[in-house]
Amino acid sequence: MAGVSEAAPVEAGPTRTMNMIQAINSAIDVAMDRDGSTVVLGEDVGYFGGVFKATEGLQAKFGKTRVFDTPISENGIIGVAVGMATYGLRPVAEIQFADYIYPAFDQLVSEAARLRYRSAGEYTAPITVRSPFGGGIFGGQTHSQSPEGIFTHVAGLKTVIPSNPYDAKGLLIAAIEDNDPVIFFEPKRIYNGPFDGHYDRPAAPWSKFADSAVPEGYYRVPLGKAKIVREGNDVTIVAYGTMVHVASGAVAESGIDAELIDLRTLVPLDIEMIAASVKKTGRCVVVHEATRTGGFGAELSALVQEHCFHSLEAPIQRVTGWDTPYPHSLEWAYFPGPVRLRLALERVMQD
Amino acid sequence: MSGQNLPPLSLHVPEPRSRPGEAADFSDFAIPVAGAVPRPESHARPADIRDLCYDMIRVLDDQGRARGPWNPRLASETLLRMLRSMALTRAFDDRIYRAQRQGKTSFYVKCTGEEATSVAAAHALDYDDMIFPGYRQQGLLIARDWPLVDMINQIFSNRADRLKGRQMPIMYSARGANFFSISGNLATQYPQAVGWAMASAARGDSRIASVWCGEGSTAEGDFHSAMTFATVYRAPVILNIVNNQWAISSFSGFAGAEATTFAARAIGYGMAGLRVDGNDALAVYAATAWAADRARSNQGPTLIEHFTYRAESHSTSDDPGKYRAAEERVKWPLGDPIVRLKQHVIALGIWDEERHALMDAELAEQVQQAQREAEKNGILADGLKQNFDSMFEDVFEEMPWHLKEQAAQMLAERRAAGI
Repeated sequence: MAGVSEAAPVEAGPTRTMNMIQAINSAIDVAMDRDGSTVVLGEDVGYFGGVFKATEGLQAKFGKTRVFDTPISENGIIGVAVGMATYGLRPVAEIQFADYIYPAFDQLVSEAARLRYRSAGEYTAPITVRSPFGGGIFGGQTHSQSPEGIFTHVAGLKTVIPSNPYDAKGLLIAAIEDNDPVIFFEPKRIYNGPFDGHYDRPAAPWSKFADSAVPEGYYRVPLGKAKIVREGNDVTIVAYGTMVHVASGAVAESGIDAELIDLRTLVPLDIEMIAASVKKTGRCVVVHEATRTGGFGAELSALVQEHCFHSLEAPIQRVTGWDTPYPHSLEWAYFPGPVRLRLALERVMQD
Repeated sequence: MSGQNLPPLSLHVPEPRSRPGEAADFSDFAIPVAGAVPRPESHARPADIRDLCYDMIRVLDDQGRARGPWNPRLASETLLRMLRSMALTRAFDDRIYRAQRQGKTSFYVKCTGEEATSVAAAHALDYDDMIFPGYRQQGLLIARDWPLVDMINQIFSNRADRLKGRQMPIMYSARGANFFSISGNLATQYPQAVGWAMASAARGDSRIASVWCGEGSTAEGDFHSAMTFATVYRAPVILNIVNNQWAISSFSGFAGAEATTFAARAIGYGMAGLRVDGNDALAVYAATAWAADRARSNQGPTLIEHFTYRAESHSTSDDPGKYRAAEERVKWPLGDPIVRLKQHVIALGIWDEERHALMDAELAEQVQQAQREAEKNGILADGLKQNFDSMFEDVFEEMPWHLKEQAAQMLAERRAAGI
């Protein structure tokens, strides 16, 4: 679905202040209104409206055959979604926490991701799998993980991670309308407001930030297009999700003239924007909350090296979570916060 | 070890009744009497018909007569069409098995002895009902009159293979026959079929879904997820378990057969379950028709265990002589589904041995002709004959930059290889 403009102003309608949850809810609402084949399924998504309230009010509006609760079986949720897509529906499945997605892994990797390929286009799986992910909420090892790297590794899946309400809505609509399976990870730490990693300071709600101005109607943020959050000349920081805000805060504190890129989509990746930026700055820091080894940062690092080797003035730095399970009480020692960012920026600026 | 004075535990690891070199023994298998099992109304409550999960629905008796309330009383032409589809399936298997042995492709899977479980079921469904096959249900495609040449093109991964040589042989996809793409990962089609059926119901459609897996793969989580979803939403779906008693070298005991029947899996889910003589085409037809009636009238799903026997190897990649008694096949007490249906139509006076021999010769010729046609498009052994670019197509609807880049790298590599 490349080449679609970022917004269709007429349909987008008036804007309203929304947090990420409200923006996601609005995206599904708009998508369901526009396409009667769009259905929502998942644990607690129906009457209750989801444990994070992302589907609140949708069952009342669209009825039980379009928005329904499911058994606690992620494997079943995705298997059933693939079957519904085969019938001709456009399922939007919620996996309550990304940590619970593993029982669905085979259906995603071996089925949804490969159906178009293995049937040479006879069958497709236009499903969107929404799932809250990431830590910073004292969720311990089963409510904090960032498993995007195991999905970006899979041929046939798209992986999308928004960092603010405006993008969340536009990207989710684009994901739902996409004819390929999309994994849509929602950084739950920033559902209610951006988070710069200073866990000891008061949280600010989205309403205080410009990206909370969200059109009430239809618009898309195209998949595969990153965004420059802050222009700069000294170093390129590549981040997504919560880490966009942590990086943004660290840059402000450091006084370094960094260029900050919010990937928004990991696959397909906006390599052009990344390469152009690193060629300009000559330095690069890649950031994610997920564990380091084999993470998406490794892919970013390799790509930057392949595309920008002759422009690089310093080794690429990775700022990530540690290669351990997400610890409950030591969350803030695990979380890649302002200090880890600052040290990496210092290292990358040394040479 | 604990210090308590308790007897040591022991681990039970199942063992089949016989191994190579031993005599096959089916003496503990009491052959159920044909016609003895009652046929409830198709709107019966699952709780009232649990016996059907332990009994065995059989229609054809030893003399080939149709017995009892499950006799579907089919028209002569339907009986002969089913017989022909089953015989064609076997002729196809025999021929393509040999083609694999001759090196024309990498792999093949026969369904010998199990033809009724797909062919008779397909005949009892409507053509626009959606079928989700496992890898041993070629009988479904043949019963739906799918062109043999197209199947062989796929098996040979040749230029005319609609799947562009991407799938292992026999992993067909045939949307035109409402036949889902075969995976190869086991039982994944189970929740997918349930989802399709749920969608059909949610849309107020009248089409139902039917899905197949082997008894071995009922151990997969997908099977149980599917059972839960099917029962929760009363999905209009027929869930078939082809119990051919062997999962490669592992007998059905490793899927739980020592403890209960596979049909009885339905009971815990509150689902209707039927256990059927899978080598009795009339019983398979009748059970499928009954389950289809239930599904179409919003009574929900039915689990059908087709009790049969895998007469040959799992695939061209294994030798059953290495893990099971050689004489099992001949001692197997429920006979051969084609022989039994033939006996029935002969007993009805609408068929005879002569016509059957003629039909077999004609079907062998038909398959041979189809293979010749398919071979004009090449065989796997011809090498890299598919369009190289096609490798990168259909990963996504639109090819992203990284695949375009890799496609260019692959073409450069091909040029470097002198191809």
